[in-house]
Amino acid sequence: MASHYEAPIRKPLVLGDKGYHEVSVDIAAPVEGRANKQWWIVFSIALVAFLWGVGCIIYTISTGIGTWGLNRTVNWAWDITNFVWWVGIGHAGTLISAVLLLFRQKWRMAINRSAEAMTIFSVIQAGLFPIIHMGRPWLAYWVVPIPNAYGSLWVNFNSPLLWDVFAISTYLSVSLVFWWTGLLPDFAMIRDRAVKPFQKKIYSLVSFGWSGRAKDWQRFEEVSLVLAGLATPLVLSVHTIVSFDFATSVIPGWHTTIFPPYFVAGAIFSGFAMVQTLLIIMRKVCNLEAYITVQHIELMNIVIMITGSIVGCAYITELVIAWYSGVEYEQYAFLNRATGPYWWSYLLMMTCNVVSPQVMWFKKIRTSILISFIISIVVNIGMWFERFVIIVTSLHRDYLPSSWTMFSPSFVDIGIFIGTIGFFFVLFLLYSRTFPVIAQAEVKSILKSSGERYKKLREAGKPLYEMPKTLAEISAAGSVEENSERAAASRENQVNTLLDRLGTFDPITDKADDLKRIKGIGPQMERALNQLGIYTFAQVSRMTEEEYNMLDEITGSFPGRAQRDDWAGQAQVLNAKKQ
Amino acid sequence: MASKVVQAYYNDDDVLMHAVKKVKAAHHHIEEVYCPFPVHGLDKAMGLEPTRIAITSFLYGCLGLTVAIVMMNFIMIQDWPQDIGGKPSFSYIENMPAFVPVMFEMTVFFAAHLMVITFYLRSKLWPFKKAENPDPRSTDDHFIMEIGVHGNEAELTSLLQETGAVEINTVEK
Repeated sequence: MASHYEAPIRKPLVLGDKGYHEVSVDIAAPVEGRANKQWWIVFSIALVAFLWGVGCIIYTISTGIGTWGLNRTVNWAWDITNFVWWVGIGHAGTLISAVLLLFRQKWRMAINRSAEAMTIFSVIQAGLFPIIHMGRPWLAYWVVPIPNAYGSLWVNFNSPLLWDVFAISTYLSVSLVFWWTGLLPDFAMIRDRAVKPFQKKIYSLVSFGWSGRAKDWQRFEEVSLVLAGLATPLVLSVHTIVSFDFATSVIPGWHTTIFPPYFVAGAIFSGFAMVQTLLIIMRKVCNLEAYITVQHIELMNIVIMITGSIVGCAYITELVIAWYSGVEYEQYAFLNRATGPYWWSYLLMMTCNVVSPQVMWFKKIRTSILISFIISIVVNIGMWFERFVIIVTSLHRDYLPSSWTMFSPSFVDIGIFIGTIGFFFVLFLLYSRTFPVIAQAEVKSILKSSGERYKKLREAGKPLYEMPKTLAEISAAGSVEENSERAAASRENQVNTLLDRLGTFDPITDKADDLKRIKGIGPQMERALNQLGIYTFAQVSRMTEEEYNMLDEITGSFPGRAQRDDWAGQAQVLNAKKQ
Repeated sequence: MASKVVQAYYNDDDVLMHAVKKVKAAHHHIEEVYCPFPVHGLDKAMGLEPTRIAITSFLYGCLGLTVAIVMMNFIMIQDWPQDIGGKPSFSYIENMPAFVPVMFEMTVFFAAHLMVITFYLRSKLWPFKKAENPDPRSTDDHFIMEIGVHGNEAELTSLLQETGAVEINTVEK
């Protein structure tokens, strides 16, 4: 709003001279355009990885879990590591769209759509693991408490694995409707721009007939706010419940009360890192640098730094409590992590998660796109190893030394993980070509407060909008003179191109001709032409059909008259006579 | 709805807000405003009632919590009160901590989904619904105010012309 106060300290979130229409054009461009070669190359690679993963999943289900590297001691490893890793990545999307909405952070607008997409695609990957790591996945439906013919045999609600089912399915479905509801106005924008009938049909279907009524917007905003309010505790609860898989056990190294908040912090940490990785590429590929600015990258880096510090704090807390507990199993679990056979993964996790985010304290580093990109990948490697370390090092050596063992993954373990990465990118790449990757309706709603164009206007003390000339004034201005004046003011560019073609009139060297001698040019038209900078026969004689049309467009009066009267031909004759 | 409406097009949200206030001050009923993005304060300026969708969400949440409690009480305490790992299944409250995660998730599930369904039904949005915005520009950068004509077309048009409309159309509905 015009009266809106925006502190001058705030930097613009939308760069460049963007108005509402420019936002629509920029965001619709990737959807309306065709995919380039790089897109197809990356898509093919992702697809191959996905298909390889599908092959591994089919192999594992038809042959048995024994094809994995699991053993009787370490009976959870890559499967659950990947599951927790993917769920964690998904959390940033909800964080960005829900928590940042509750805190009224305007910078979320440009990134929330992609972050939510990332949530949904990564939760889909996560959701695969609880099913495929089952020995008998075809009986997976038994986890649902549906009345049945076994005397109604139910599930046991004491198990965190069942809580997981409720948590993940709620999380996925709520994220999905949250995302989709937010997409309706943007799909409607693409629907209304679409020129190809098929595209129009598809976007009409997915936009659910969104018409943008005032009442719809009122409800829409309330629904978004309530969903954000629900999604925030949801995101905290989901990863809490995932952490219960370990925290409620009796295994030393797992049985910890710090896990729920620490897993959540880790999830935000790795999730933001993944958003960072994806958006740094996307802003480049989809030409969205004006919307996803260095400021966005910096702010995400700050979140990564903060949550990375929380994670680091949790690591130290765990170590201190292990020492303080006096429980030798617990103490050994941590000694084993640091100095046992998997010391390298513990070291990797510590370096990636504790050290790497600390470099973000330096402004030079956190505003560097390249370093942010590298660190975002480093963080995700570190967070994968965090889950690996927690799961494997706690299992492979615990209470009974006679059951101590080692773990190494088989190609099927690795193949399935690669397959989910491929599947994720297949979905994300398809998304980036077919969905409006930035919530244009939201960006438009912050444009006046945070757009560069409006910030400049505000700094210059100019109003953010101009009352357009009313229709009454325009229709009253019937005379040719006023018309051409108005046109000249608003279409200066066109006049300039016209004059470039016809040649400019220099009042010092040239002498104005009496244009009225041309048949069809009256005193009014002469004045109109003079106002455009056309004074001589020579200029008029250079006019061709193209220039006539331009002239018609500029003056808007007597269209086609110049052609009919052949002004150029007349002017040529008159010009020759003059010389 | 009037059979004939005047549609005034605006290309700025601030101009639209002024226009809405002016039209309201002249005691005309605004049938509809179509916007490409949420204009804050528009519903108040138009005199729209606040939405009650948050209240429905609260009620749905209560329903979800009830369903969760009734379900788990029946399954875990009434139907098969078994000893699973020494957990006390004598009464609901004794084993309640283990039920909290599902109680929470179902509350959120019901509150979120039923509210969204309510929103879709109330705003008449569904997959094969035909869009009803009068002009495709209204999802891009134009704002359209629609006022019913009751034999006062000339007066209305001149009023709207003064509010900064960039285009005014009279349409039979």
